[in-house]
Amino acid sequence: MKVQQALFILLTASIFYSCDSGGDDTSEDNFDRQAMLVNWADNIIIPAYQDYEEKLETLNQEANSFANTPTANQLVVLRESWMSAYKAWQWVAMFEIGRAETIGLQGYTNSYPVDVANMLANIESGNYNLELPSRRDQQGFGGLDYLINGLADSDTEIVARYADSNTAEAHQTYLTDLTSRLLSLTSDVLDDWQNGYRETFVNNDGSSATGAVNKLTNDYIFYFEKHLRASKVGVPAGVFSGTPDATDVEAYYSTSFSKALFKEALAASEAFFNGRHFGSGTLGSGFSDYLNYLNTIKEGPDLVEIINDQFSVIASTSDQLADSFSDQIKNDNTLMLNTYDELQTNVISFKIDMLQALNIKVDYVDADGD
Amino acid sequence: MLMETDLKVSYWQRSTSAAPLAVFRILFGGLMFVGVVRFWLNGWIEKLYIEPQFFFSYYGFEWIKPLGSFTYFIFILCGISALLIALGYKYRMAIVVFFLSFTYIELMDKTTYLNHYYFVSLISFILIFLPANCFASLDVRSNPNIRFDRIPKWNIDCLKLMLGIVYFYAGLAKINSDWLIEAMPLKIWLPGGYDLPILGYWLQQAWVHYLLSWVGMLYDLSVPFLLLYATTRWYGYTLVVIFHVLTSLLFPIGMFPYLMIACTLIFFSPQVHLSLLSKFRLLRPASAKNINAVRTLHENSNSLYQKIKMGGFIVFFALQLAVPFRYLLYPDELFWTEEGFRFSWRVMLMEKAGATSFKVQDGNTDKRFYVENSDFLTSFQEKQMSFQPDFILEYAHHLEKHYRSLGYQNIEIYVDSFVALNGRPSKRYIDPTVDLTKVKESFKHKNWILPFDDEIKGL
Repeated sequence: MKVQQALFILLTASIFYSCDSGGDDTSEDNFDRQAMLVNWADNIIIPAYQDYEEKLETLNQEANSFANTPTANQLVVLRESWMSAYKAWQWVAMFEIGRAETIGLQGYTNSYPVDVANMLANIESGNYNLELPSRRDQQGFGGLDYLINGLADSDTEIVARYADSNTAEAHQTYLTDLTSRLLSLTSDVLDDWQNGYRETFVNNDGSSATGAVNKLTNDYIFYFEKHLRASKVGVPAGVFSGTPDATDVEAYYSTSFSKALFKEALAASEAFFNGRHFGSGTLGSGFSDYLNYLNTIKEGPDLVEIINDQFSVIASTSDQLADSFSDQIKNDNTLMLNTYDELQTNVISFKIDMLQALNIKVDYVDADGD
Repeated sequence: MLMETDLKVSYWQRSTSAAPLAVFRILFGGLMFVGVVRFWLNGWIEKLYIEPQFFFSYYGFEWIKPLGSFTYFIFILCGISALLIALGYKYRMAIVVFFLSFTYIELMDKTTYLNHYYFVSLISFILIFLPANCFASLDVRSNPNIRFDRIPKWNIDCLKLMLGIVYFYAGLAKINSDWLIEAMPLKIWLPGGYDLPILGYWLQQAWVHYLLSWVGMLYDLSVPFLLLYATTRWYGYTLVVIFHVLTSLLFPIGMFPYLMIACTLIFFSPQVHLSLLSKFRLLRPASAKNINAVRTLHENSNSLYQKIKMGGFIVFFALQLAVPFRYLLYPDELFWTEEGFRFSWRVMLMEKAGATSFKVQDGNTDKRFYVENSDFLTSFQEKQMSFQPDFILEYAHHLEKHYRSLGYQNIEIYVDSFVALNGRPSKRYIDPTVDLTKVKESFKHKNWILPFDDEIKGL
């Protein structure tokens, strides 16, 4: 009988409460997930895309200038704009949600290693459709890397490809096709965020598997595990094959840019975890706040501290790596493997401890539970 | 006079109305039919039994596998037989086919293990031996000779006993320090329902987590008894409905709540069932009104078949009572090792997750690499594998076979596994120095599981 009474009181009380408060959802006891989504969208995701789009516009301009006047000086300028856009990409790469997910932004922007044979065939034939999934590894930043760094051994020879009347036009076209495609893909995504998707995203603050928190959390962890940990470090270090392969690194042809890209991506990942605004030190609502809130209920170990400490360990371990990951792999792969292990430690904290605390299922499976 | 002799008649010879069993049959068959159709329409046959390239088997049942596109045929058999059970048409054949096809489906891949699937298998097994088609069935219409208004009382009681065991054991399992003292895992699960109308706010409150943990435990332990006695039955049944509706709101548990709400009707008196049947026009007036026509099914307790059947039932229920306690035979924490966890009515009892990767080492060349689990397993399988030792071992053996077929020799397989249980920080789960290719599956304790180093007190 007591059981029923207790349950009855609970139900009645909850009905009274809900009538009482009339949709007051800013209660102190509740974590405001919508505020977190607003911070993510307005202070992190959209500004990062804006910055990235600006840099892609510059890259596209410089590619066109270089195509018009292929000189060694202009090549250097083009490279700088490529590096700056490539770095900016690392700050949006993890947001594979909404339009970015629909069009497969990540795959068309940053697939590596690139398929050089097919790229050369594309240039020669002039007949290619970059929208095909099978062409993903013949475009994007990796494709540009080859076009501006890998075509030949010296800058003079590279410039010659764009200047020599036999090859110039085909190379110029392919180069500007790649930069304009990067730009148009990104403008598509940013437009969507600015014209409706932001509201969809921010209002989708429910607990279902398709809720924005749920989805972006899965995206964030997927990015950290598959791209930051595996593609940038694990794959070239031979973690999954047993054979290290220096040609698998990101920006392979640029020779000493892979570490810089990794560092950007790591910083972006750490910033997003803490809800830090893009381009400033201001902290907003993010995973760290959410976990701290939940821990006031659960009173477990301080997961935020554990994860942030590990971010520092990853940073200090990877500081020891050479600027060129391919050199590092050839000279002393152990350091690469150490970095991988430190990244893996945070993968475990994310995939197990964080998801458990947030009560979010990894790769949500649509099946019955017990 | 009649009463007196009736009381002296042994328990096994007492009879009762056949109506409750008929209602049970109709609802069980109907819900199972809906369940199979729902499973199909959700695309789960494809997703769970056709798409995966590898399936996790129960120890000793490795020969039971999905049969490619023939798997659909098993589901068709299962669905049709469920419908026939509800109709009471060719019942005996239908219930046998249902039990076999349903159980086959459940044994195909233990990734999908759910206590309520096990419950369905057990109930359908029991129903094979009960005369559930002797009342309000198509079989009776075509053959009035098999119509009986009264059946042995134990026929109904054994279903009550089965249901009672499910609830009571689920309650016993909740008597542990994580559930009662820490309110785990409800403390993790309930705040996730923040967007539910009315309940959302309350689900954030710690005292609600504690209250519901205790209420859940007391509910499970007491509900069989509340249902058993006429005076408390309606209270008990109201609780059943509230509890199961609440859990279906909070957790994705499919058909189970409705199944339990339907099955527990069996505790109600024959009158309730007769009026239910007549309300839905499932009774022919004759059998309801004509007292003279009352026919009682008598069992010949001296026949060998009957003796075997009774003996079988006693052994069956003895096993049901004992099997959930088999975990006592294993060292270390049950929730951690999961040795003796399944088939024990430990329902929604813990939040456990893992991340497990496998390192393959070529003993000859010392070449080593990590396996990409998604190359072999679906995300659902990977999730289940990551925190259950028997899955980890079976998968390691599968990997060994795979790489051997690729020409590797002297393979060693080590595992990097981390698991978190009920909000504790994740810790290493499997001894990373043990080569799993050298380990054989058995019912013995898996000493390559690292110790839990914590204590969960209780049952």
